[in-house]
Amino acid sequence: MSKQDISLIFEDSRPGRRALRFQEVDNKWLGEIPAGLRRGHPPELPEVTELEIARHFTRLSQRNFNIDANFYPLGSCTMKYNPKVLERAARKKEFISLHPLTVPSVVQGCLRIYAETEECLKQICGMDAFSLQPAAGAQGELTGVKICRAYFESRGENRKKIIIPDTAHGTNPASAALTGYQVIEAKSDKHGILNPERLKQVMDKDVALIMITNPNTLGLFEEHILEISRIAHEAGALVYMDGANMNALLGIARPGDMGVDMLHLNLHKTFGSPHGSGGPGSGPLGVKNFLKDYLPVPVVTKKGDDYVFDWGLKHSIGRVHSFYGNFLVILRAFVWLKMVGSDGLRQISEAAIVNANYLKAKVRELLEVPYDSQCMHEFVASAVSLKQFGVRTLDIAKRLLDFGIHPPTIYFPLIVHEALMIEPTESESPETLDEFVSCLRQIISEAHNSPEVLTGSPHNMPVGRVDETYAARNPVLRWTSKS
Amino acid sequence: MIGHTDEERAKMLAEIGVSSFEELIQNVPESIRLPRISGFSSLTEQEICSYLTELENLNRKASDSICFLGAGAYDHYIPAVVDEICSRSEFVTAYTPYQAEASQGILQALFEFQTVVCELLGMEVANASLYDGASSLAEAVLLAARHTHRKKILISSTVHPLWREVVRTYLIGSGVELTEIPANEGVVDKNRIQELLTDSYAAVALQSPNFFGCLEDWSEVSSIVHNAGALFIAITNPLASGILKSPGDWGADIAVCEGQPLGIPLSFGGPYLGILAVKQELMRQIPGRIVGMTKDVNGKRAFTLTLQTREQHIRRARATSNICMSQTLMALSALVYLCAVGKKGIHEVGMMNIERSHTARDRICAVDGWKAMFSQPFFNEFVVRCPGDPLKLAEYLSTRGIIGGLPLASYYSEPEYKNGVLFCATEKNTAANIDKLVSTLRECT
Amino acid sequence: MDLSRLKFTKTHEWILVEGKKATIGVTDYAQHEMTDIVYAELPKTGQQVEAKQECATLESVKSVFSVYAPVPGRIIEVNEMVVSDPSRINSSPCDDGWLWKMDVKDEKESDSLMNLEQYNDFIHTKGQQK
Repeated sequence: MSKQDISLIFEDSRPGRRALRFQEVDNKWLGEIPAGLRRGHPPELPEVTELEIARHFTRLSQRNFNIDANFYPLGSCTMKYNPKVLERAARKKEFISLHPLTVPSVVQGCLRIYAETEECLKQICGMDAFSLQPAAGAQGELTGVKICRAYFESRGENRKKIIIPDTAHGTNPASAALTGYQVIEAKSDKHGILNPERLKQVMDKDVALIMITNPNTLGLFEEHILEISRIAHEAGALVYMDGANMNALLGIARPGDMGVDMLHLNLHKTFGSPHGSGGPGSGPLGVKNFLKDYLPVPVVTKKGDDYVFDWGLKHSIGRVHSFYGNFLVILRAFVWLKMVGSDGLRQISEAAIVNANYLKAKVRELLEVPYDSQCMHEFVASAVSLKQFGVRTLDIAKRLLDFGIHPPTIYFPLIVHEALMIEPTESESPETLDEFVSCLRQIISEAHNSPEVLTGSPHNMPVGRVDETYAARNPVLRWTSKS
Repeated sequence: MIGHTDEERAKMLAEIGVSSFEELIQNVPESIRLPRISGFSSLTEQEICSYLTELENLNRKASDSICFLGAGAYDHYIPAVVDEICSRSEFVTAYTPYQAEASQGILQALFEFQTVVCELLGMEVANASLYDGASSLAEAVLLAARHTHRKKILISSTVHPLWREVVRTYLIGSGVELTEIPANEGVVDKNRIQELLTDSYAAVALQSPNFFGCLEDWSEVSSIVHNAGALFIAITNPLASGILKSPGDWGADIAVCEGQPLGIPLSFGGPYLGILAVKQELMRQIPGRIVGMTKDVNGKRAFTLTLQTREQHIRRARATSNICMSQTLMALSALVYLCAVGKKGIHEVGMMNIERSHTARDRICAVDGWKAMFSQPFFNEFVVRCPGDPLKLAEYLSTRGIIGGLPLASYYSEPEYKNGVLFCATEKNTAANIDKLVSTLRECT
Repeated sequence: MDLSRLKFTKTHEWILVEGKKATIGVTDYAQHEMTDIVYAELPKTGQQVEAKQECATLESVKSVFSVYAPVPGRIIEVNEMVVSDPSRINSSPCDDGWLWKMDVKDEKESDSLMNLEQYNDFIHTKGQQK
């Protein structure tokens, strides 16, 4: 990676330079817009040639870690390899150039992709219906919580609470609070999982929903899930599952069999669609039959030989997306699902679990693994033993960058101090996993012998450790000509 | 897709210290363990490509058609350089830039994106994207309610109907209510704003170009809104902002856009790009990710996600929003598009849109029975009265290779809109395209 | 600041009571735990607060901390200086880094709080428990 400074595109800008031209139009047409509705002066967009654009962004791309170049053992993110055939599909003119409001009879290809993807997801999860509208996992969750609210309202029940484990991802309580619910935290037990006895203490008829993640964010399967669901249902509450960790369950167990009433999936995690540096993603929401009529509209159904949009869901909560969700992301997941097939799904999860356990067996010789029972596709280690050398998990993370490895998820879940959440995924080879371990071994040795190497890292990146405090105290959120 | 062979797995299991895979899932209750999922079997890469061809064939008529439709998604020319850059795997397969030192590329790009958005919309702070225009409007409404501690929102009935539905869904359980401002002659009835606005209202949300394509004159709106202690949310088309007065110039506190017109293909509805920009004083209320400029430990310029304490992973239940992911790759597309088009090009493409759409409108209205519904100025979209059955028009046009003629009756029940149909013409619609549209309309009448 | 004049809470606020007025801030222990403070959100003047009610939040880069009113009363002044320069809370938590002043209904309300010696014992045992 280049260490030279890269200027901002505005700094490269020179008056009069251009990349694209358009056909010239007689200025008289401007008269169609009254002067009072026109802008007084043009926006200060960059004036650069196409070469400058190509060079600028190519050089920026070289300063970005990415799966194609780097190992990303990011817990709960499932950074698996994104097969290139997914990109080939998503670039086809017959998918990419279609207007969403085109009459359905001439876009049957798209509707079929929606219908078939929904069918695959239903079978995988043991759910009865899916909405593919939510554009991300968090939006899927929000949709689920809104459905919960609508469901209880239609039953005349004014339940005010949602139970969420202390290990949950932050979007869970945020989604609950945004829908006017009070969040009750359920503490994990000493094994790192939810305890039915403790749950009974907080469960009552004022609880609308329990939101769980299974396996949880410690990578542990919630063994008591059947009992937990039973307790919730007995109190008349619903069970929501955050499906971010679905990569551990494909072909092994179905949330629908665990008493789960609603769940969301992350197509950009489990189902092969790339992360895009932070989006776009897709967060389909699956429900059991009794909640089908609450899903966002439209859904895709079959009418004779054709696929149509169905707007007639009796209790639909409305819409969460201007159109039908992130179609091109769904398309990629569809391709991935078709390639993997039902027999392939189990192999994916099995490989993910084997890789995680293999890595855990080696990492626990170097770092503490606080909840050491059988992990699934990810596990959490703690670097608390290195605090005595003045070294923190953050320093380990930054030093890993020097070895070309993206750090694991750090400081999450909150119940583990100096946490590192490690998820290798099924894509990685044993050699990559061994290399990670040997880097970790070197880092720990550095902690003992030369901790300043760690606290001063990264050393081999285009920039040194970034001053986030300065950024937050003096927010500069755009370039100005005075910058 | 799997990183090890069966032989390698056997060795790994031995190193883990188990004799079979089943030992690794012993915590999964037996009663729910699956033997196999039946239903669909795997395909090779070659087979999936064949299967996709079947599906592509089903869409081909549509993808070969000429698009004369807008309504929140627009067919614009996408420069080749946008596709090239945005398909680089360094951007496509990267993760969210939480580790700043490993993500300076995308962080700098997002900082540049935030800058061009502010420039285009005349605002001071923009975030690094949200899911789409509709959910951005919903977030803007929630922001206004949070900031003013008020529970009512005035929203124009000329705001995109599907966006209003999304806002309604987002407001479930929030205690915040929407009141609609009626339209008059295709634009928001400004007099009604003054009448309806009380100090219980957190914000007034308007759109221009609106759903009918009409441009609205927002003179005096910001002072009326601010006098009532409310916020002015302005929704616009970012491509049109090269020529039209910006939300900032209109005195808006929050600007919301659907960014799809900026270098993002129609994509059958998604992924698109939510744009949200605000005045400085609302900076800490803005949802979503924001990139800030800072320095590294050696004093070198660097970029990082900042103001993260607003976000869900820290504030959890007290976050400004639950949003986690955004639409980073689409923000990159918009940025590259705006660089490729540049200061002069944004004006040129805007002019082409005006010329094409006004030519199309005039020529359609020269066909017997067809009339413009409104006499307002417009950018690239307009409503015409259809002499025949408006609900059958779109289907008929699609058999003739044209996408267009969206019936207003699908979204508005008022009788005055009954025979209105929406058309759009952009720089992509050639003179020959317009000829074809006009002659097809002539035939169907 | 003469720390012996202060009273302390278990949530690491200090309070200086002078007649019917009090000044409140967070302790040196607290600012150390929070690391660099990047933003302070203070209460509004005129606001009535109860004891243990959250009045302010302090943000570091990665965390948010709540600051609670040690006693009931009415906010009469907030320290704008820490809003423009939050680093004061780190560098001078018991002096320039004060957060707000309030009218106290009853000066005896603070009697039940810890004195300096008790607070030092408290954080010492807390530290050992970690």
